[in-house]
Amino acid sequence: MNAAHAASLRPDLAVIAENVSPGSSVLDVGCGDGTLMQALQAGQGCATRGMEIDAANVGACVARGLSVIQGDADKDLAFYPDKSVDYAILSQTLQTTMRPDKVLDELLRIGRKAFVSFPNFAHWRVRVSLMWNGRMPVTRLLPVGWYETPNIHHLTINDFRALVKERGITVEGRWFLSGDQNCSAAAANFRAEHAVFLLSRGN
Amino acid sequence: MATSPTIPTENRFLDLDMPLMLDGGQSLACPRIAYETCGTLNAAKDNAIFICHALTGDHHVVSDHPKTGKPGWWVRMVGPGKPIDTDRYFVICANVIGSCMGSTGPASLSPDGEPWGMRFPVITIRDMVKGHIAVLDALGIDSLHALVGGSMGGMQALSLAANFPERTRAVLVLASTARHSAQNIAFHEVGRQAIMADPAWRDGNYYAFGKGPEKGLSVARMAAHITYLSEAGLTEKFGRRLQNREEKTFGFDADFQIESYLRYQGLSFTDRFDANSYLYITRAMDYFDLAEEHGGLLANAFAKSKARYCLVSFDTDWLYPTAESRTVTHALNAAGLPVSFVELSAPYGHDSFLLDVPALDRVVEGFLG
Repeated sequence: MNAAHAASLRPDLAVIAENVSPGSSVLDVGCGDGTLMQALQAGQGCATRGMEIDAANVGACVARGLSVIQGDADKDLAFYPDKSVDYAILSQTLQTTMRPDKVLDELLRIGRKAFVSFPNFAHWRVRVSLMWNGRMPVTRLLPVGWYETPNIHHLTINDFRALVKERGITVEGRWFLSGDQNCSAAAANFRAEHAVFLLSRGN
Repeated sequence: MATSPTIPTENRFLDLDMPLMLDGGQSLACPRIAYETCGTLNAAKDNAIFICHALTGDHHVVSDHPKTGKPGWWVRMVGPGKPIDTDRYFVICANVIGSCMGSTGPASLSPDGEPWGMRFPVITIRDMVKGHIAVLDALGIDSLHALVGGSMGGMQALSLAANFPERTRAVLVLASTARHSAQNIAFHEVGRQAIMADPAWRDGNYYAFGKGPEKGLSVARMAAHITYLSEAGLTEKFGRRLQNREEKTFGFDADFQIESYLRYQGLSFTDRFDANSYLYITRAMDYFDLAEEHGGLLANAFAKSKARYCLVSFDTDWLYPTAESRTVTHALNAAGLPVSFVELSAPYGHDSFLLDVPALDRVVEGFLG
């Protein structure tokens, strides 16, 4: 990944882009308008494909020459063959799925490895908001009110750590971000706004 | 009728000097294939886009229709600076065999000098595709930049990509399907029965009488036309409005605008289309099941393909609904091929692929690159 490409990406996407092996194959689930796919194609020479639920976004991707299918991570991942890509990527989408645990299983079935990024609901601003206001927080990364947010399964970094441990999933890498700064693993559940995990089924 | 600026096209015929072997076991001796080209084929012969037309379509994509005088059926999409840009691409469209617009069909003369009529062999979508391949061979085009088709054209595009995988590098399928459903077959059967129930059909031997089964063909077209639209579209366009009258007549005149519209559609269709061709082409569509041709698994159909694919469906299309495009998408995914799929929102039902849907233009232009 060259610096120019990485710099223009959202921080969690930049982390993913920097850590995908050049020339690898990638499935970006919830690929939005294809920004990450395009960066991976241009910067890393990756073979990319995407899935996106919003028709306008899919149209934008196809207009950029990307291979993207309109689909729902909860239902349509079943149609991808086992180990058909090097990386399955799910950025800022896990918390919007009906069954995050099953989506995670699907990612690790389709991809040899999986990148997962999500906003941390235990970030201190969220905690403070809940504690002092007693209201569901509306923050920079969680900008939408409770009744209309697409985020139906809020989770914390510790929740995610517990899930992957329980499922026997190997954590090959993890990055904790506050703004575009990294923070330490120890303080992550309190200080990180979002997290990126690189996962595999081990051997 | 708005006239479009004339786009230079060439209308040509290809007379095959050998028989076309058909899926039904018969062969068609030395058939003729009519086709239109637009744009310039480059020296490498790698900038060709082949367009497959729909059931009652023809090869007049951009040139005026010879019988109706109306502009070509896809001038909205094809031309200089259009999403299918004839300044960059050499565009070809061939009339399918079985048709009545220049390629050999049941109205053509058989070797005995009489029209084929119902002696014309039953053809399939794959047989139509064999005709297209003959055109590509004649033009010296080994591999297409892209293959584009909507509705029955999409079936041909899928069939060509599956059966002649080396001949195209990209496939764009609009509002189509990999197999005809029971509902699709049912509507076609209504149309065919309407034609065959008309005494003027005369078992298909009407050519010498100067008058074909116009009533039957007209009813067939009326029924089919409804399937090309959406309920919301019909309601918006016609509602329950009366045709040139203040009150209902308590008779069986075309009181409602929708009745008058359908009667007009049916009648004007008989001016430009041969009833036997309608029987043969609808039959070909009904027989279409791409998975069946490939051991029952659709993904197998694309095992040798290396092309990029894009499928587009429309949310109001109940003739070839989104689920059909999804089925094809999943099969292509399973075959490991790069595939895009999008369901676009448009009010016009199945006909959306022919009408003004700006989102479609962007997808087509983007996919063709």
